[in-house]
Amino acid sequence: MRGQRNIVSGSTSDLGWRSAFSAANRFPFNGILAALERCATQPLFTALAFLIILPGNISYAQVTFERLVNSAKEPQNWMTYSGDYSGKRFSGLDQINVTNARTMVTKWVYQTGATGKLETTPLVIDGILYATGQDDRAFALDARTGRPIWMYERQIPGDIRPCCGHVNRGLAILGDKVFMGTLDAHVVALDAKTGAVVWDVAAADYRTGHSFTVAPLAVKGLIVIGVSGGEYGVRGFIDAYDADTGERKWRFYTVPGPGEPGHGSWEGDSWKVGGAPAWNTGTYDPATNQIFWPTGNPAPSNRGEGRAGDNLYSNSLLALNADSGKMNWYFQFTKHDEHDWDATQVPVMINTPIEAGARHLIAQANRNGFFYVLDRTSGKLVSANAYGKTTWTDTKDSEGRPVTNKEASPTLEGHTVCPGALGTTNWFPPTYDPQTGLFYVTTRDQCDIFSTAPQPYEAGHAFYGSAYFPSEGTEPYRGFLKAIDPLTGQVKWKFEHTSPTWSGVLSTAGGIVFSGDAEGNFIAFDAAAGKPLWHFQMGGAVYAAPMAFAVDDGKEYVAIAAGSALYAFGLP
Amino acid sequence: MPQTKALGPLIRRPPGRTKFPVSQLTALILLAFSVAAVHAADDRNPLAGDAKAAKLGEFQFRINCALCHGLGAHGGGRGPDLTRAVKKHSHSDADMFQVISNGIAGTAMPGNGTNGQGVGMTEEEIWQIITYIRSQEVKAPAQPLGNASHGKNLFFGDANCSLCHMVAGKGGRLGPELTTVGGSRTREAIIDSVRNPSRRLAWGLTEATKEFPQEYESVTVVTADGKKIKGVALNEDSFSVQIMDAGEHIHLLEKDKLLSFQKSRESAMPKYDVEVLSDKELEDIVAFLISVGAK
Repeated sequence: MRGQRNIVSGSTSDLGWRSAFSAANRFPFNGILAALERCATQPLFTALAFLIILPGNISYAQVTFERLVNSAKEPQNWMTYSGDYSGKRFSGLDQINVTNARTMVTKWVYQTGATGKLETTPLVIDGILYATGQDDRAFALDARTGRPIWMYERQIPGDIRPCCGHVNRGLAILGDKVFMGTLDAHVVALDAKTGAVVWDVAAADYRTGHSFTVAPLAVKGLIVIGVSGGEYGVRGFIDAYDADTGERKWRFYTVPGPGEPGHGSWEGDSWKVGGAPAWNTGTYDPATNQIFWPTGNPAPSNRGEGRAGDNLYSNSLLALNADSGKMNWYFQFTKHDEHDWDATQVPVMINTPIEAGARHLIAQANRNGFFYVLDRTSGKLVSANAYGKTTWTDTKDSEGRPVTNKEASPTLEGHTVCPGALGTTNWFPPTYDPQTGLFYVTTRDQCDIFSTAPQPYEAGHAFYGSAYFPSEGTEPYRGFLKAIDPLTGQVKWKFEHTSPTWSGVLSTAGGIVFSGDAEGNFIAFDAAAGKPLWHFQMGGAVYAAPMAFAVDDGKEYVAIAAGSALYAFGLP
Repeated sequence: MPQTKALGPLIRRPPGRTKFPVSQLTALILLAFSVAAVHAADDRNPLAGDAKAAKLGEFQFRINCALCHGLGAHGGGRGPDLTRAVKKHSHSDADMFQVISNGIAGTAMPGNGTNGQGVGMTEEEIWQIITYIRSQEVKAPAQPLGNASHGKNLFFGDANCSLCHMVAGKGGRLGPELTTVGGSRTREAIIDSVRNPSRRLAWGLTEATKEFPQEYESVTVVTADGKKIKGVALNEDSFSVQIMDAGEHIHLLEKDKLLSFQKSRESAMPKYDVEVLSDKELEDIVAFLISVGAK
């Protein structure tokens, strides 16, 4: 934390009060305003000011754990990264439907003013939108107009080590606070009304390659978050912090230490720099009090020599007790990975109908090209079906898990493996629409040449162990939106984008699937047939996932980030 | 974890995030002494000639440079051949250090650590890469095999290259502009794109936030009034396409208003086999392009 400061634009009280007063147009003179701000530290005055401001303003109800559990009862709000605890990214709003979607218009645009990818999924609670931006910004907007209420800008050190840009995927909300992880590996709680820092704790040292890019998950009174840094040989972990105090309640190391089960899956001391980061948001099952959190690649990411073994719990799905962080079960998708196939996609809880056996399942479209369905009670594999081009496996083990061919390993001369290191899909969230029973995911057909390049571990420096680059074949890289039957793995429909995209997907009760593209379009698809119904050119590529909310008693808006801006769309 | 690691340089961070460039430090030190010190100790690679460092440099090269410059530093479709003894942007080891650290403005060459992927290579790793590149250099400056002045005549004359390609302000607009191609592509890459123009389509428009540039794809459409237009895609998305036809007319089209839309990866450039253009003639044209591109 040396030399770092956390700053909010202006002093917090300054920004909050000034905006409230000037909106009411009561005190047009700066001198009086400044005097009043000084007075605002007085409790009596504060109470008085509230009396003046409250009528006609938003009421800030507490976002309780119960509200998060019952989020389906509040389709106007979007209270977690994936919209609910199950990870479905499905909105119960149906005002925008297959008939009227073609009339959609832009409601507002908010510019972050920063460069780099904008990967955020906003939250909306009771008319206020909360989101993160590049370089660890966070902001609150009037969800109807896009006008800002507060902004948090963090002074991040110049030598931070994110692998893939100064990105952040979003906030968690609980009580009267919003929570974010930062690129310098801190967890921060902000006052939802003002953006003021309530607490700020360092989870790890950023100089050794730790960072946070993930949207945390609020469960009970805890803020759960997973670390990034698989490219730097960190030892991955998932943390839970007390939402009120910032005190760490538990940590689960995704690479087991000496004496712990799974430790023997690492050669020698390789576990110390074993990676297995946890950089995408997990899901939560209130019925069993389990958190399902996915993990990323073992380190070095593309070289298995020196870390013989399965390398647990890299590229796995973990079922953790929410209160204690103790592991109930794990399932490893890719053992001893040498292709950077992080299993960090959002794991989506799916229940089959009673007539089909009423099973509690969890599904993941994995980066390695297979669509996995597990029993979420036991962690046992139910099915694994390819949903893109794969060349790395020809056989399955006794559990039904695809097994990596020996010849798929990177070689000195380099050879081609499909999918490439970016995977058949990547972190961008999928959606499951309970109405169609289909799972929608953005996919990519691209093979890479993997070539070994051993390098020693050096703290804080990239630790890949091999090089990879797009194969020089004549086939262009292709990108799709695919609708998959999760139980059979069958692709029901697919839409080919002009080029591969990094957009997530949203489904709504209006029968619409929303997604974006690399060319800057935001597109509404008919969820049943895959036909585009409407599109809007946003002028920047999409590296984010859409979400939906409603304002003014039921006006449905759909929001997505593109370029350096956040867009909201609705009916005219 | 990498998301856009492989193509990271296309989405660059502002240069303010670079480490303090050592070359500037070097320059300050040099100023403190005298200009005569330019080729003194600071100019030297501390690892020069060290075979072990060259091997480590080869691995660093694969991870950091091979995407554009090829696995063996022989260049590729995107970056120049670094085994040439004479390089356009760097002569001394210190020049090379400067280029790797800071990139080359106005080109696709990014500076170390500027693509949002952490802090980049250490100074030692950069010197290892330079040691590796030096170990791969073909010692004698490669004499162009062809006759550049005859190549120029062919380019603007009988070979019809300039009908579609522009060099130094002269020529057509349908194909890629070729003024700098001789400096940034290998001889082999140029020959290959003349003999097999469809094998790898050239990159066209690059958009700031987009992962992949537009390629020179061929497009044939039939408009609502039955007019057939054939040309090269300047840009395309799922709903629109911008085309230039052989007459250099630009057509801005919405796909849902077309009767048909067909895209092909068969290049609009005719395949120049040896019957049309002999090996000798092609070498002359390559020599011309290299002579222009090296400037």
